[in-house]
Amino acid sequence: MVYRALFPRDVFADLDRLQREMQQAFDLSPSIRGIARGGFPAMNVGGTPKSVEVYAFAPGVDPASLDVQIEKGVLTVAGERKAEPLPEKATAHIDERFAGRFRRVVTLPDDVDAGSATAAYRDGVLHISIARKEAAQPRRIEIQ
Amino acid sequence: MNEDKAVARQEAARDERAMMPPVDVVEDAAGITLYADMPGVPKDRLALQVEADTLTIEGEVALALPEGMEASHAEVSLPRYRRVFTLSKELDAGKVGAEFANGVLKLRIPKAEHAQARRVEIKVT
Repeated sequence: MVYRALFPRDVFADLDRLQREMQQAFDLSPSIRGIARGGFPAMNVGGTPKSVEVYAFAPGVDPASLDVQIEKGVLTVAGERKAEPLPEKATAHIDERFAGRFRRVVTLPDDVDAGSATAAYRDGVLHISIARKEAAQPRRIEIQ
Repeated sequence: MNEDKAVARQEAARDERAMMPPVDVVEDAAGITLYADMPGVPKDRLALQVEADTLTIEGEVALALPEGMEASHAEVSLPRYRRVFTLSKELDAGKVGAEFANGVLKLRIPKAEHAQARRVEIKVT
C-alpha cells in the first residue's frame, strides 16, 4: 500500500524524494527480508533512549485478528483484513485498498527487552512500544 | 521583500502537502459507496466537504508520539491525507452519509437530482 503525496508539485521536494529513492535503490538492504517499504500495513519506526516505537497503519482491521510476536529480535505483525462484500449488481469503479492476509516483520535493535512490549490499536493504527534494557540505556558518568 | 513572500508561499505550499488515501468506490442502483483508508486520523480531525460537484476528503494524522522520539523509518511521512473527487450530476450531494471507524471512512452518496454546498455530519458507529 502506497500513500502517495498528492499536492502540490513541489519541484525541490520531488528532487529530494528522487534522490532519496535512488539512494535506497542502491543501498545494500539492511535486512535479509528485503526492502521494507511499500507493504501493508505501512510502518513507521522510531526510538527514544528508553524505548523502540513501531506504528503499523492498519485501518479497518479487527483487533482480534491481529497477531503481534517478537522472536529472536524480530517483530512480526500479522493479520487479515476482509474485503467489504460487494452488493449484488454493484460495480467496483476503484479498487485500491488492500484486502487479505498480511504479515510484516521488523528487525529490532539488540538492546530491547521483548518481555516489556505493549501494543494498542487506535484510529486504525497499531502502536507497539518495546522498552530498551536498563543496562543499555545511556548513563552519565560522574567525574570525580 | 519579494523573496520573503516567495519563501512564505513555498512554506505554505509545503505545509499543504498531503498523502492520497487509497479508496474503493462501488456503485449500485441506489448510489455510490466510497471507502477511504485514513489510519491515524481521529474522528475530530476528519473534514468532509461537498461543494457544487466536488467532494473533498481531508484528515489530519494525530499519533501519540513519546517525547523525544526520533523516527528511523517512515512510510507515512506526511501529517495529512487529502483527496478530491468530482461527483456526477445524478448524485445527491446533500444526502451524503458518513461513517468513520478505525481509520476507515465510509461514504454513501445516494442518486438524486441537484447538488448544493454543505458540510457533512460525521456519524461514528
